Amino acid sequence: MSRAFILILGLWIGLAEAQIVTVAPEYQQRYNSLLHELRCLVCQNQTLADSGSGLADDLRLEVKRMLEEGRSNEQIYTFMSDRYGDFVLYNPPVKPRTWLLWFGPFILLLAGLIGIRQVVRSNNKTAKSSALTDAEKRQVNAVIKDRDD
Amino acid sequence: MKSLIPALLFFIISGFLFVGLYKDPSLVSSPLVGKSMPSFSASTLFDAHKTVTEADIIGEIALLNVWATWCPACKQEHPDLVALAINTDIPIYGLNYKETDKTEARSWLRDEGNPYVFSIADDDGRIAIDFGVYGAPETFLIDAKGVIRYKRVGVMNDKIWQRDFLPIIQRLRREAL
Repeated sequence: MSRAFILILGLWIGLAEAQIVTVAPEYQQRYNSLLHELRCLVCQNQTLADSGSGLADDLRLEVKRMLEEGRSNEQIYTFMSDRYGDFVLYNPPVKPRTWLLWFGPFILLLAGLIGIRQVVRSNNKTAKSSALTDAEKRQVNAVIKDRDD
Repeated sequence: MKSLIPALLFFIISGFLFVGLYKDPSLVSSPLVGKSMPSFSASTLFDAHKTVTEADIIGEIALLNVWATWCPACKQEHPDLVALAINTDIPIYGLNYKETDKTEARSWLRDEGNPYVFSIADDDGRIAIDFGVYGAPETFLIDAKGVIRYKRVGVMNDKIWQRDFLPIIQRLRREAL
């Protein structure tokens, strides 16, 4: 029973596998790199290269057609973002809407560094102020002496 | 004062997460909203010899609904589209997206009611790519000049119609006066 199940599962995965589009060897490298830079909107965490959805099949054919027409990578990215938005680009363009996305991590890093500096500083201060006064030292010495005796 | 900073950070981050909780990641706003409808030329579902283009849609406020018989959600929204076609004066056009069985599609419309003025036969899905379709059903609101004003991804029903479509249609009509 489990063997049959695995067999069925295997067949099913086979069906879901991406339809293979063959491109001329001279385009192969660009074709592959383009597909890895484009998101499939049907299964959003997959690139066009990985996705087995029908739309991804069609879009791979579109990429192939555009390569054969001699369009540049830039033109192909524009074709996709004109239709599906910047979200399809795994490498989104820098513009006011994406500033937070691009620069946010550096702002957080800077905030973290400032935070660390503050903590270290205040620790230093408490370390200094915790130095014992003469009276306290005498007291401590007295206690130690008491115990030694 | 200093002890407020972590609390402040906490609320800012929670704020972002809270808003994110109610956002549907499958809804991607279309860059086509505000732009002219893409041009196309195709036959229709009921007449393989007839050619329709975007010029056949432009002229008054209209809906373009992406559907197919292989799409269960399209069947689910179908009665609502039929009701809209009867109860409003907005023409509805169909984009029959990569139809796998045209005979079934035709008999479906005959049996369940045909809300469409005509259904564009987009057999290879090329027209849908130009419209940025990524999940049927989708419904576009197109103004009298052929500019896409709104796009709904997912089923259409009365609530969505009242909430998302009607206010835009009313605004467009006010502006046209």
